[in-house]
Amino acid sequence: MANPQMVMYDEEFRQINTVLEKLLRESHSKVIFLVDKNGQLISGVGDTEKFDTTSLASLTAGNIAATGGLAKLIGEKEFSILFHEGEKDNLHISIVAGRVILVVIFDSRSSLGLVRLRVKKTSDELTGIFEGLLKKAEEREKQGTSDFPFAEITDDDIDNLFS
Amino acid sequence: MSFINYASREINCKIVYYGPGLCGKTTNLQHVYQKTAPEAKGKMISLATETERTLFFDFLPLALGEIRGFKTRFHLYTVPGQVFYDASRKLILKGVDGVVFVADSQEERFDANIESIENLRFNLQEQGYDLDQLPFVIQYNKRDLPNVMTVDELRRELNPTGVPEFEACAATGEGVFETLKAIAKLILIDLKKGK
Repeated sequence: MANPQMVMYDEEFRQINTVLEKLLRESHSKVIFLVDKNGQLISGVGDTEKFDTTSLASLTAGNIAATGGLAKLIGEKEFSILFHEGEKDNLHISIVAGRVILVVIFDSRSSLGLVRLRVKKTSDELTGIFEGLLKKAEEREKQGTSDFPFAEITDDDIDNLFS
Repeated sequence: MSFINYASREINCKIVYYGPGLCGKTTNLQHVYQKTAPEAKGKMISLATETERTLFFDFLPLALGEIRGFKTRFHLYTVPGQVFYDASRKLILKGVDGVVFVADSQEERFDANIESIENLRFNLQEQGYDLDQLPFVIQYNKRDLPNVMTVDELRRELNPTGVPEFEACAATGEGVFETLKAIAKLILIDLKKGK
């Protein structure tokens, strides 16, 4: 298959949230999301309940995919940072570890310079966590100790979803 | 690729509706949206032109329920069917877990169907997928129209490998959920096999 399966465990999930919370505080931003390149929300901190997070994740991934396509057309590998400026709120989108997308929403209490600076530091930390996560998932698969929840599902389980 | 989150006990899968322009991909999603309970669905997003032709994609998130304590979510996407949007179609196929090919049953769209299914196979290959290895179902849409080809004729050209196939009229909703259930089931079976 094209990509290894994305898996998230409790331990890494907590680590990621700690890093995101720190970024939220230090960059004075409103809300921060982490999104898989395929459009699935991984985590969010801050005023997340004010946003339709599922739609936001899908559109962000679409945006990154489209600009990635543009980048290839002009001979770039990717555009790793996107910035959208609004009247009140701004959107800072960056690619982390080559496969996840960090979305920071901020207003006039912060600034683009501050967000860029803090995001850079956070990206390094997140890259470390995701590399560890990938390794862990691979090791578990090799050892066959994967606690994969779907290995033992029955046809009845699947049929019940549609009843 | 599906995303398994052990922390929030969720599993997310991506279904893409593919097919020639005006075959009814968006109509399929609109029907699913209209007939799904509010708690099971998110907002439907359509990135369309002013004439309501899909420009980039439609998106509909669905929560099907739990399996073994894991919330099962499906993200439904359509591609823009018009030939010249090929670059966008490729992007939407990234990370796909299952494909629904919506065929337009009308005689005059037969060549468009063939071109689109070949385009699907080619675009998947570019991403490292093999259509024959992927959960895949075919829907013969617009069965209510007068100038349709027989299912036998369509099957011969579009479904030589005999994947699950459904007759539908997406505008009235006939066959829409049968198609969705079939692809969701194939994806879950595939996940089960994968580990």
